[in-house]
Amino acid sequence: MKHTINELEDIASQVRRDIVRMVHGCQSGHPGGSLGCADFMTALYFEVMNHTTDFKMDGIGEDIFFLSNGHISPVFYSALARSGYFEVSELATFRKLNSRLQGHPTTHEHLPGIRIASGSLGQGMSVAIGAAQAKKLNKDNSTVYVLLGDGELQEGQNWEAIMYAPHNKVDNLIASIDYNGQQIDGPTEKVLSLESLQAKFEAFGWHVITSNGNDMTDIVKALHYAKTLTGKGKPILNLMSTIMGNGVDFMMGSHKWHGIAPNDEQLAAALAQLPSTLKDY
Amino acid sequence: MKKYTYTEKKDTRSGFGAGLLEAGQKNPEVVALCADLVGSLKMDAFIKEFPERFFQIGIAEANMIGIAAGLTIGGKVPFTGTFANFSTGRVYDQIRQSVAYSNKNVKICASHAGLTLGEDGATHQILEDIGLMKMLPGMTVINTCDYNQTKAATIAIAEFEGPVYLRFGRPVIPVFTDPDQKFEIGKAWMVNEGTDVTIVATGHMVWKAIEAGEQLAEMGIDAEIINIHTIKPLDEAAILKSLKKTGCVVTCEEHNKFGGLGESVARLLSTELPLPQEFVAVNDSFGESGTPDQLMTKYGLDTINIVEAVQKVMKRANK
Repeated sequence: MKHTINELEDIASQVRRDIVRMVHGCQSGHPGGSLGCADFMTALYFEVMNHTTDFKMDGIGEDIFFLSNGHISPVFYSALARSGYFEVSELATFRKLNSRLQGHPTTHEHLPGIRIASGSLGQGMSVAIGAAQAKKLNKDNSTVYVLLGDGELQEGQNWEAIMYAPHNKVDNLIASIDYNGQQIDGPTEKVLSLESLQAKFEAFGWHVITSNGNDMTDIVKALHYAKTLTGKGKPILNLMSTIMGNGVDFMMGSHKWHGIAPNDEQLAAALAQLPSTLKDY
Repeated sequence: MKKYTYTEKKDTRSGFGAGLLEAGQKNPEVVALCADLVGSLKMDAFIKEFPERFFQIGIAEANMIGIAAGLTIGGKVPFTGTFANFSTGRVYDQIRQSVAYSNKNVKICASHAGLTLGEDGATHQILEDIGLMKMLPGMTVINTCDYNQTKAATIAIAEFEGPVYLRFGRPVIPVFTDPDQKFEIGKAWMVNEGTDVTIVATGHMVWKAIEAGEQLAEMGIDAEIINIHTIKPLDEAAILKSLKKTGCVVTCEEHNKFGGLGESVARLLSTELPLPQEFVAVNDSFGESGTPDQLMTKYGLDTINIVEAVQKVMKRANK
């Protein structure tokens, strides 16, 4: 372990503070999914991935990550800044004119840590597969990670990719699903039911593990275990239960905070629940 | 009129296949992807020589574009292959976000473009692809005119850094360009120097423009013929230089008149050198089943249509 669980939880608390402050700062953005994935992103960037913050696009020799559900950019930007890809002060520019921190992640502004634009949903799994196959051609044994939203699985391109990866033994790929059961118009089970994702992925030929994405001990353990499953002929899926808005009580468990920003009072109430562990930007 | 002859007819897609093999031999980072159309795209030779560098995607074009974008991140130079319809309209958002906006070095190689796909009909005959692709910021758009030019273009785009749309076709047509040509992206090719009218042609229409030029010469009209193989970036200097001499232009393309080469030329002229222009292009319609020759005649893309357009535009220019 590079960090103790307590240390990782402290970092995740700061990441959550960053998320609500960023979204409040521009009065737009997506706090719900970002908060739900704060523990996962902290575990990935501070504990699990072998990576350098001296950013190189090709990522040769290091683990690389793709965010497919690009709207949870606040948690991505915070994880990148807090792990050293760029100055944390730049988080204050989120969604503002002339910023490298666009509403959805992009390579267009050359922000270190971003390797593909995402936001239009359903494309990240394919990109991650391509990057994983390039690693195989390069005889590079590092791992490719990708995060997808659960609602995003309603996009058909995902299922093309989900079919392709096992057929081609893309076993250096660990996909995680932010399984919070919520999407813009309501619970996924009401909007368009996902049914059993575990059964679906297993039927397509994936090795599926499950985890609690809001329990640091569990998510770290799951991601370390997932890594031991690489190189065994199957892509790996981490079906990760999360709670949208996790860490801020009045945002938790509802799609209502998918894409709205807190006002001043709500920001204060949220920050009161999230200890500052590193310094605020 | 400069004399052009040919000894054989070949399809431009075979030029792509030959170019892909040579690009793969020159650069070990070149890889190829195909969505279940290996034979149609003439990728067999590449696959035979580099099986580990070929990715059979299946009938899943969106996934193919995404995988290609991902492959570039590890330094690969991916060439995707499928029909033009499935290379563009079907995957427009994937190209827009994962390739163009992300500035990934993907070469989108599209066969069976236009009416000359023939009997399969309008579901497969895309006439809007040049417009779709040229609207994407940073996208280079190339439409080649014969086997040799397609082969040379394929080799050239492998050496070029950035997203490219390479458009070619199904039918066998005369091979009339230099087999040893160096393809220069963005550089017009002067097919014939003339003084009375400029004919700007791309793709399969270049040979028809040459035929038209011969007929016009017999009528005493000295046509300048320019091949624009790179529709974006457009060789504006070559077009303006010609138009300053001739004073009128006919644009020829196997594409809808909306969004194609003709509109790019019109945009240039309207801002820099307003002069009469006529369009030989499909008149905002879908195609249909038929042989390539029947379709080119029915939809107004034949040699006679170029001749008539020249007569009309010269009249408008008071020549």
